[in-house]
Amino acid sequence: MLLEVRDLHVEFRTRDGAAHAVNGVTYAVDAGETLAVLGESGSGKSVTAQAVMGILDTPPGRVTGGEIRFRDQDLLTLKEEEHRRIRGAGMAMIFQDALSALNPVLTVGDQLGEMFRVHRGTSRKDSRAKAIELMDRVRIPAAAQRVGDYPHQFSGGMRQRIMIAMALALEPDLIIADEPTTALDVTVQAQVMDLLAELRREYDMGLILITHDLGVVADVADKIAVMYAGRIVETAPVHELFKRPAHPYTKGLLESIPRLDHKGRELYAIKGLPPSLQAIPPGCAFNPRCPMARDVCRTDVPPLYEVSGERGSACHFWRECLDG
Amino acid sequence: MPDPREPYEPERAVAGTGMGGGMDLAASEAATLEREPDRPDGAGPEDRPRSLWSDAWRDLRRNPVFLLSALVICFLVLIAVWPSLIAPGNPLTCDLARAQDGPSPGHPFGFDGQGCDVYTRTVHGARASVTVGVCATLGVALLGSVLGALAGFFGGGWDAVLSRVTDVFFAIPVVLGGLVLLSVVTSNTVWPVVGFIVLLGWPQIYRIARGSVITAKQHDYVQAARALGASDTRILLRHIAPNAVAPVIVVATIALGTYISLEATLSYLGVGLKPPSVSWGIEISAASPYVRNAPHALLWPAGALAVTVLAFIMLGDAVRDALDPKLR
Amino acid sequence: MAEPARPAAPAEPAGPAEPVLEVTGLVKHYPLTQGILFKRQIGAVRAVDGVDFVLGRGETLGVVGESGCGKSTVAKLLCHLERPTAGTIRYRGEDVTRLSGRALKAVRRNIQMVFQDPYTSLNPRMTVGDIIGEPYEIHPEAAPKGDRRRKVRELLDVVGLNPEYVNRYPHQFSGGQRQRIGIARGLALRPEVIVADEPVSALDVSVQAQVINLLERLQREFELSYVFIAHDLSIVRHISDRVAVMYLGRIVETGTDTEIYDHPTHPYTQALLSAVPVPDPEARAHRDRIILTGDVPSPAAVPSGCRFRTRCFKARERCALEVPELAVPAEYRYAEGPVAHDSACLFAAERQNVR
Repeated sequence: MLLEVRDLHVEFRTRDGAAHAVNGVTYAVDAGETLAVLGESGSGKSVTAQAVMGILDTPPGRVTGGEIRFRDQDLLTLKEEEHRRIRGAGMAMIFQDALSALNPVLTVGDQLGEMFRVHRGTSRKDSRAKAIELMDRVRIPAAAQRVGDYPHQFSGGMRQRIMIAMALALEPDLIIADEPTTALDVTVQAQVMDLLAELRREYDMGLILITHDLGVVADVADKIAVMYAGRIVETAPVHELFKRPAHPYTKGLLESIPRLDHKGRELYAIKGLPPSLQAIPPGCAFNPRCPMARDVCRTDVPPLYEVSGERGSACHFWRECLDG
Repeated sequence: MPDPREPYEPERAVAGTGMGGGMDLAASEAATLEREPDRPDGAGPEDRPRSLWSDAWRDLRRNPVFLLSALVICFLVLIAVWPSLIAPGNPLTCDLARAQDGPSPGHPFGFDGQGCDVYTRTVHGARASVTVGVCATLGVALLGSVLGALAGFFGGGWDAVLSRVTDVFFAIPVVLGGLVLLSVVTSNTVWPVVGFIVLLGWPQIYRIARGSVITAKQHDYVQAARALGASDTRILLRHIAPNAVAPVIVVATIALGTYISLEATLSYLGVGLKPPSVSWGIEISAASPYVRNAPHALLWPAGALAVTVLAFIMLGDAVRDALDPKLR
Repeated sequence: MAEPARPAAPAEPAGPAEPVLEVTGLVKHYPLTQGILFKRQIGAVRAVDGVDFVLGRGETLGVVGESGCGKSTVAKLLCHLERPTAGTIRYRGEDVTRLSGRALKAVRRNIQMVFQDPYTSLNPRMTVGDIIGEPYEIHPEAAPKGDRRRKVRELLDVVGLNPEYVNRYPHQFSGGQRQRIGIARGLALRPEVIVADEPVSALDVSVQAQVINLLERLQREFELSYVFIAHDLSIVRHISDRVAVMYLGRIVETGTDTEIYDHPTHPYTQALLSAVPVPDPEARAHRDRIILTGDVPSPAAVPSGCRFRTRCFKARERCALEVPELAVPAEYRYAEGPVAHDSACLFAAERQNVR
C-alpha cells in the first residue's frame, strides 16, 4: 500500500472545549488508484488530509491517536525535517483556492522553479526551463511566454493548472486534491478533472480526491470513503456504492439528488443538521437524523462492519440498508 | 457544501490554505440550539425583544473588567471636578525649603523640585489631563469617524479630496506644528491644546473608520437592507456603524493616553499649559530633571497617567467585546 | 419573446400565466476608468448586454450560466440594487427602472432577494428578530407596530425555525438555518417576486434539499414567482418551469426545462450539460462529453458577432460577423415539439446523445 491511515484521531481545542474532528479514520490508497473522500463540511475530510500532509495547524489541532503509514514509514513519528522532505517529493497537495495558495508577488515561473531549487538544488536557469516544461505538461498554452506572469494574470482554471503543476513538480507518488474544482465553473471543472485523471494515469500516482460532489466522485473515483462527523461511515468501490449504498447517510445523500422523475415532487431531504463536533451524539453519530435508527444506535458506536471483501459500513443495520 | 467559508476565523481564511479550515464551526454551533432549546432568563415566549445594545449592556454589567475600569474612570472624573474633595490643600502653596523631600506625615507623596506637595498637585492635575485626554479623544473620534464613514460610504470626489487632505496632515510633525500653532495662543486653558490635538489627530481615525466602513459596506447584508428599501442613513447607522466601530474604539482608547502625554510634551516645550496651571504633564516634565534624587515626584503623576490610560483601554476593550455577539 | 402560433410544449403550464415581470433590452455596463482624481473612461465591462424575458405569476424562471455570465448582475438589476444602463423592467406593466424615492420603495416591497452567502447576508450584530423585523421598520405601513413581533414569529415558523429564536444572533445558526432566516426576511413584506441568487450553493448537500423543498412549499403557499439563479443544473431543472442559459451577458437559449435539458440546440448549452458530472458511475463509460477549450472571455472584451464563437466547436467565419438573434432557429420554425424554442445560434441543431 502506498498510504495507509489507521484509526486516526484529531482534536481541536476551541473556546467551548475539545472538538473531535477526526475519530478513528482508516483508509488506504495504492499507486495508480483514486480514492474519493466524500463528506460535508465538518466531516473531517480535510482535517484528515492535513494530518496526512503534516500541515495541521498545531495548536489548536492535535493528532491524538492512530498511524499514518506512507511507503511503510509512520509519518507521525517522523521528525519535522524528514516529514518536510516527504512533502513535495513523496506527496503533494492541491488546494481549492488556487489564488490564495499562490504567492501574488512572485511570478508563476519563480514559484514553480523554487520547488526544484529548494528540493533538488537545480540552478536558476534550469529550474526556469523545468517550470516551462511543467506548464506545458498541464496544458497551459504558450507556457514559455507566460512563465513570467503573476498569478492574478491567469484565469481560475489556469491557476488551478499551475497548482497542479506545482504538485507534480517533484513527481510525487501521492497527490491529495482538496476540492480542486469547487471554485471553478462546470466547463472548466471538466477540463481540470480530465487533466488530473490523465496525469494520474501517466505518472501512476495515487490520488486522494476530497470532495462533496457526488457527480465528481462518480466521474473519476475508483473507491469511495464516505465521512460523517469525523468517522468513515462507508467505504466501497464506486460502482457498488452508487448502486446499493450500505449506510443510511450515503443512501440519503444519493436520494436527495434531484432526479428527472422527481420533478414537481418534494426532494428527499435528510432531516436535521450535521452534529456539533463538541457534542457528537452518543452511539452512532448519524442516529438523530437516521430514518432507520433504533435503540441500539443511540447507545453503541457501530464499528466499520465488513460488508464484503472491499466494502465496509458503519451501520448496525447495513444488511437492511443494502436490501431496502 | 463547499466549505470555503468560515465565519469564525477570518485569519485562517487570509492565511489562505483554502482548505475549508480545520472544521466548520458553524455546523457545530448549530447544535447548541438543539441542546438548549430555551434560555432560563426569559419569562417564556413573550420575553422582551432584545437588541445589540441591550445585550451589550447586560454583558457589560457582568464583566469585571468593565466594572473595574468604569469605577476607576468615575473616580477620576470625580476628582477632576472636585479635587478638593480628597486634597483640600492648595496646589500652588509651595515651600522651596522642602524641595525634593520624601514622604512625610500629611504629605504622603512627598515634595517636588519646587517644594510643592506632590499629592495635592497630582490630584489637582487630574482635571487638566483628564479633560485634555477625554475631550481630545472624543473630538478626534467624532470628527474622524463621521468624515471617514461618509467618505467610505459615499466614495467619489469627496473621498478623494478628504483622503489627500489627511495625507497632508500626516506629513505635519506634531511637535513642530504645536510649537508654531500654539505659540500664538495666549489663553492658558486646556482648550487650545484640545483643539490642536483634534486638528492633527482626526486623520488617524478617519483612515481607520473609512477602511472599516468600506469593508462593512461590501457585505451582502448591506445589499439586503438596500433591497428592502432602507435609506442611506439607516444603512449607515444600523448596519455599517455597529460593524465598523470596533477598530475605532481600540485606536481611540489607545490614542487617549498619547494625547495626555502630548499635552505634557507641549507643556514642557512651553506652548501647552503654563504654570501656574497644574497638570500631570507639567508635573512629569518638571520632575524629570531630578529623577535620580526625587523619583517620587515623577512616579506619582506618571502612575496616575498610566492608570488612567489603562482604565480607558480596558473600557474600550470591554465595550468592543460586548458589541460582538460572537464573543458572548 | 412573443412566439405566435407555436405549439405549446408539453411541460408548459396551461397558457402563459399573467406576466409579473417583463424585462426588455436590459443592459448594464460598468465603465472602466483610469486616473484617481481625473477619471477618464477607457472601456466598459459589459456585464449584462441585452437581456429579455418574461416572468409569469407563480412561475419559476431558472437562470444558469458560468461565473461572469451576468446572472448575478441581472439579479441586482431586478432588485434595484443597480441601475440599468439601458432597457426596461416592467412590474405589472409599469416601467420601474427609472423610479426613485417613494415610488421605488413601494415597488421594492414586491420584489425581494435571497442571497447566496448566508454568512455575509445577515448582519452579525442584529438579532434574528431585528433582521426579520427590519422590513416592517422600513415599510411601517406593512404591519402595525404592535403586530410586528407576532409576524416575525409567524415568519420563523413558516420557514421551519423555532419562533423562540428571535433573540439569537446569526452566528448561532448553521448555514442552512441562516438561509432560512434570509428567506424569512425576504418573505416579510409578502412580495410577489423573489430573486434567489445561488440560494443553496453555499450549503451542505444534505441541507440543500431541505431549502429547495422550503422554497417550493413557499411558492405554492404564497403564489410567489421565482427568478432562480444557480450554476447547479440539476437543481435548476428540478425547481424551474422555464430555463434561460446565459453566456457573457446575454441569454443564448431559453425554453421549458424539457426543451433546454433534453433538446438543447445551442452549442454552449450542449457543452454545459455535457460537462456536468453525473452522479452515476455507470454513465462514465458511454458519456459523450464536449470539453470546451479555454475560459470565458472577459466581459470587457466581448468577441464580435456571436460571443461564444471563441470557444465554440461549431464556429465558422459567419459567426464573427453576425450577431445571432434569440429566436426559434429557422430550420425548426415549423417543427413541432420541444426542439422549437429560442436559441441564439446561427447553426443551431439538436445534438443526439448529449448525456
